[in-house]
Amino acid sequence: MRCRVCGGQACVDVKRSNTAFCADCYQQYFQRQVARAIKKHDMLGTDDRPVIAVSGGKDSLTLWQVLLDMGYRADGLHLNLGIGEYSVNSQEKAAAFAESRGVKLITIGVAEEYGYGIPQVAKRTARSACSACGLIKRYLLNKVALERGFNVLVTGHNLDDEAAALLGNLLRWQSGYLLRQSPVLPSTHPKLLRRVKPLFRLTEREIAAYGLLRGVDWLVDECPLAAGAATLRYKEVLNQLEADSPGTKHHFYFGFLEKGSSFAAASPPVELRECARCGQPTTTEVCAFCRLWEQVKRDKALPVT
Amino acid sequence: MKVYIRQKKSTVDVEGSCSVLELLRRLGYSQETVLVLRNGGLVTPDVRLSEEDEVEIIPVISGG
Ligand code: SF4
Ligand SMILES: [Zn+2]
Ligand SMILES: [Zn+2]
Repeated sequence: MRCRVCGGQACVDVKRSNTAFCADCYQQYFQRQVARAIKKHDMLGTDDRPVIAVSGGKDSLTLWQVLLDMGYRADGLHLNLGIGEYSVNSQEKAAAFAESRGVKLITIGVAEEYGYGIPQVAKRTARSACSACGLIKRYLLNKVALERGFNVLVTGHNLDDEAAALLGNLLRWQSGYLLRQSPVLPSTHPKLLRRVKPLFRLTEREIAAYGLLRGVDWLVDECPLAAGAATLRYKEVLNQLEADSPGTKHHFYFGFLEKGSSFAAASPPVELRECARCGQPTTTEVCAFCRLWEQVKRDKALPVT
Repeated sequence: MKVYIRQKKSTVDVEGSCSVLELLRRLGYSQETVLVLRNGGLVTPDVRLSEEDEVEIIPVISGG
């Protein structure tokens, strides 16, 4: 295959646009896609202080790389979730990236700060690991970023993530979640950061290709607690459809963004107030995070490990 | 040729030479879910692989 732009030997094919690129032209193509997402949805302005949620996986590290390549200044924020070797390795990859690029990584250890890591929290609250983990991540990323003076939280969600989530939400008609499936979640409270997803136009494969070409070294291992079977299954189904009919994932998600906005218009905005315990924005008297930790610490007799 | 699968940290032996696309078919991978490196560089599906090539398959789909 030949590069569509310069005619040289191609190394990355992009089937959904029926095209291929050499290494240099691919990087330009990729950056244009990111620039387009940022511009069209007003993700990052010149006065913004963005921070990137960095897990150590391919999406967040490649996101950091491309934003640096495009001249953005952004620090990284890593949460160590206390999930054994997986968390140790994740933090190592994030720290190694930051050091080699000369950028700043803020690291917060959930177990160090609160006494328990995700596996123990899940056990002591009888919640699924991913639901406890999701709640803790959402809360802490916002809180820590706010305390450090950032105003935008940038995450590595990609087209596959968004299409899989959309499929899952539609299959169960979770209209509340459908509302929040947007490339930008605006700040609806002074203590709530705007959340943006600059990679939402790009597939996992396209992101991995950019990361490889730019020498990004990410953790390939999956979280051992991943109950992500459902997400993976949705991704698999969508990729089967994609193989038969390239562009399916794009049309599915972008069609929703265009036509599904009626969901948002139909429902009233949620009133946020400040948690009586911690002061973070919430819809309830005491926020879900504070209630979770109360439950974790209530029964000291429960197993710690 | 020796084919290294990154996520599984395992190597499989594939006989003879074939294109990247054929290799993925033989091993049961869908094109959309992997990238292929030949001797360390990314290659497109039409590229012919020879017996001496070092090939690596990188699955790109993550759960979470
Ligand atoms: S798979 Fe679940 S437990 Fe593991 S990091 Fe993701 S959300 Fe957390
Ligand atoms: Zn080119
Ligand atoms: Zn609270």
